[in-house]
Amino acid sequence: MNRFSYVRARDAREAVDVVSAHPTARFIGGGTNLLDLMKEHVTHPSHVVDITRLPLKGIEDTPDGGLRIGALVTNSEVAWNAEVKRRYPLLSKAILAGASPQLRNMATTGGNLLQRTRCYYFYDVGTPCNKREPGSGCGAKTGFNRIHAILGTSEQCIATHPSDMCVALAALEAVVRVTGKDGERAIPFADFHRLPGDTPQLDTNLKPDELITAVELPPEGFAAHSTYLKVRDRASYAFALVSVAAALTLDGGHVRSARVALGGVAHKPWRNPEAEALLTGKPATREHFQAVADALVRGAKGFGHNTFKIELAKRSVVRALEEAAGREGQP
Amino acid sequence: MKRSEGSTVGGVAPPEEPTKQRLSLRVNGAEKQLDVAPWTTLLDLLRETLDLTGTKKGCDHGQCGACTVLVDGQRINSCLTLAIMKDGCEVTTVEGLARGDALHPVQEAFIEQDAFQCGYCTPGQICSAVGMLAEGHARTDDDIREQMSGNLCRCGAYPHILAAIQQARRTSAKGEGT
Ligand SMILES: Cc1cc2nc3c(=O)[nH]c(=O)nc-3n(C[C@H](O)[C@H](O)[C@H](O)COP(=O)(O)OP(=O)(O)OC[C@H]3O[C@@H](n4cnc5c(N)ncnc54)[C@H](O)[C@@H]3O)c2cc1C
Ligand code: SF4
Ligand code: FES
Ligand code: FES
Repeated sequence: MNRFSYVRARDAREAVDVVSAHPTARFIGGGTNLLDLMKEHVTHPSHVVDITRLPLKGIEDTPDGGLRIGALVTNSEVAWNAEVKRRYPLLSKAILAGASPQLRNMATTGGNLLQRTRCYYFYDVGTPCNKREPGSGCGAKTGFNRIHAILGTSEQCIATHPSDMCVALAALEAVVRVTGKDGERAIPFADFHRLPGDTPQLDTNLKPDELITAVELPPEGFAAHSTYLKVRDRASYAFALVSVAAALTLDGGHVRSARVALGGVAHKPWRNPEAEALLTGKPATREHFQAVADALVRGAKGFGHNTFKIELAKRSVVRALEEAAGREGQP
Repeated sequence: MKRSEGSTVGGVAPPEEPTKQRLSLRVNGAEKQLDVAPWTTLLDLLRETLDLTGTKKGCDHGQCGACTVLVDGQRINSCLTLAIMKDGCEVTTVEGLARGDALHPVQEAFIEQDAFQCGYCTPGQICSAVGMLAEGHARTDDDIREQMSGNLCRCGAYPHILAAIQQARRTSAKGEGT
């Protein structure tokens, strides 16, 4: 790990001030991603700003009937929270599908959103990587790319966003609350992460000095009909090859509304509202789920080792929707 | 392990070291006042400074669970924790689980069920199991397998580890009347 100055922030303002004054300074939450990347020499911050003493640890109701989760609430606390389990079981399930209990005890809500790709080349400073070193090339495109993206890739980068939690937050249409030098703002989840395009070094639309303060869930939690399906190389403690957050509201046997977000396939949780709309008013049957799956994955492109993900994603969408449709409520 | 890969380098203070910072920790019941370089991980502090070598360094990247300790009663990976961030906290390592000569029920169970071979993963497994039982979400074998998945065992002692944890769970459930 590189040498750095440690600053324990007393309030959000101080944290933002230090980070905006030093271009390579970083906030630290659970540290499970930042310290890993520092040990691999991928990231070398001049200052590490400890935000874990800031009062962003609550889970509380919002006036509109949703739930606000403070940026420092740990992944474990969110997943096992009684209100989250009752009203947003999809979120609970997605979090518990990720990492390990120890890591979830450490990882924070804000940090989870900003965890970086697990692309092997990004981690290996001896290889080219446009995300780590813009302009150096992409080792993955013609190299080992079993874990890489099939949707929304660019010439520059084919990395995926590795978070499970974020796939559920995308389906739930959460809002990310941030504060920075220029004040506070709220970022809809769909606009939080970005596609790589020509600037793969940027994972999100957050400004460098902006601090995430909370994630807000809207009132509709799809508690009766939702599921998170994670497909991976081992039964537990592995990143997703493909994952699906599926959420439905049903009217008898018919779909009133559907949300489907895919993980492990793109630089951000992948949604396509037009594909989801195909289900509106339709019977909740396999045939219609298949149509959504086909539409969601349309245009997907494999790079060799990861081409299997195209078919895997389709089948996973169908299975997740079947599970969600059949599911009655219990977290 | 100490000599391998240079992965402990981050925890060993360089000669031209910038300011160390004051850290107070309660480690296995004893108050410690320490001056640490901010890049020292809790794992390196425990092993190198406090000579508590029960906690193991397997991967140093959060992938194996050998470094699991309890901080304020919660299991965490000490390899991905900056010691300085735990100022004021209570740390329990495998050395701190026994009460005098009486082993912790999880330690007892590991011995009775023969839940280790080389023993390298064992301190992490035991601390993780203690943390998991306190969390209170595990009942079935499958729950335990899933909730112990953060601790790898290269010897593959998993069936015995599972048996040991079930034994400890039943004993402590009886003890607490839950
Ligand atoms: C072995 C291993 C396996 C894993 N498996 C999975 C998995 O299967 N699924 C999964 O989803 N994840 C997995 N993870 C990743 C884990 O979920 C993330 O590392 C974790 O969520 C990051 O949270 P943190 O609080 O520790 O972040 P940190 O490491 O503290 O921070 C990460 C980044 O976010 C920034 N940051 C933190 N908080 C804020 C804030 N409030 N505002 C602005 N910036 C902030 C930091 O500056 C840093 O750049 C795994 C990790 C490991 C090590
Ligand atoms: S896929 Fe992206 S992160 Fe991976 S090597 Fe290419 S540019 Fe880097
Ligand atoms: S040494 Fe910490 S998880 Fe492997
Ligand atoms: S007993 Fe050898 S690694 Fe678990």
